[in-house]
Amino acid sequence: MELSDRELWTVIHGLLAGTLFLLAFAGGLAGLWSLRPGFLTPVAIKERLRRLYIGVWVMAVVSWVTVITGTWIVYPWYRAALAGETYEGCAGAVLPNAESCSPRDFLLSNVSGETEGWHEFGMEWKEHVAWMAPFLATAVAFIVTYYGARLIPRTWMRTIVILMYVGAFAAAVVGGAFGAFINKVAPIV
Amino acid sequence: MSNQNRTQQDVERAPEIAGLDLAHRTDGQAAGAILAASIGMFVLGVLTVWNEASESMHDWLESWEWGQGVGPLAGKTTVSVIVWAIAWIVLAVALRDREVDLRKWFWVSLVLGALGFLGTFPLFFRAFAAE
Repeated sequence: MELSDRELWTVIHGLLAGTLFLLAFAGGLAGLWSLRPGFLTPVAIKERLRRLYIGVWVMAVVSWVTVITGTWIVYPWYRAALAGETYEGCAGAVLPNAESCSPRDFLLSNVSGETEGWHEFGMEWKEHVAWMAPFLATAVAFIVTYYGARLIPRTWMRTIVILMYVGAFAAAVVGGAFGAFINKVAPIV
Repeated sequence: MSNQNRTQQDVERAPEIAGLDLAHRTDGQAAGAILAASIGMFVLGVLTVWNEASESMHDWLESWEWGQGVGPLAGKTTVSVIVWAIAWIVLAVALRDREVDLRKWFWVSLVLGALGFLGTFPLFFRAFAAE
């Protein structure tokens, strides 16, 4: 059982950070949803808020870690131009390789079926939209910490926070889902 | 509405927070955080489209990669983060201790964020590709 450096970083970027992100999101959303008038006692509010602060800040930090490792560590391996202008380095390949056919080359070469769209649409969207998650998640973490229990009577503010929180999650889902599919079709090795 | 009235109104809506002794919080700081996030998203969308439309912009954005092989994505994201951080700091200072109409700020932010989102959508930004 062995993982190369590249495989290890894709695991950190996608699997570990992604799992933590999902857990933090689920906990945070449940916490935000229950911050309603008449739902909680003062003792329960304090206890619930402690968990909520952890959830929203973990989600914010993890979203930054995910996009930074993805963009600056994993992505250069994905997009390296190794195969030449007509992708001759990918001729006959069944998978990408680190010497002559990067995952991007492999997808654009269509050497293994109609794979071009995975890059042209999937990767191009994922690499940009995922960066919206940390902007939104950090704003949510700040607002939740700033207002605390005051969010309970302020329905409008709580609704805005939930919308932004779900928006951060949706951006991460686009990034995560396309990342998982692309790594299936053209893994970074 | 005065701070005292606002706090009183909060307690009337949710009596359970009365015992928590919460100090008043103005909405300016929240509005600043929301608008700054949408500005970051908007800038990312604009740079993504601009990168397609202009070769010189593409080269400038690529120059942010510092030899790491990230390409123009380095510039798009780094510049967006810098603008987001500066916008948040400026708004935090400008809106400190100010009450604002959160609904207005939210709708403006929603429009900016939606435009940013649109700018990052491949079928949209490719329409601006330089020949």
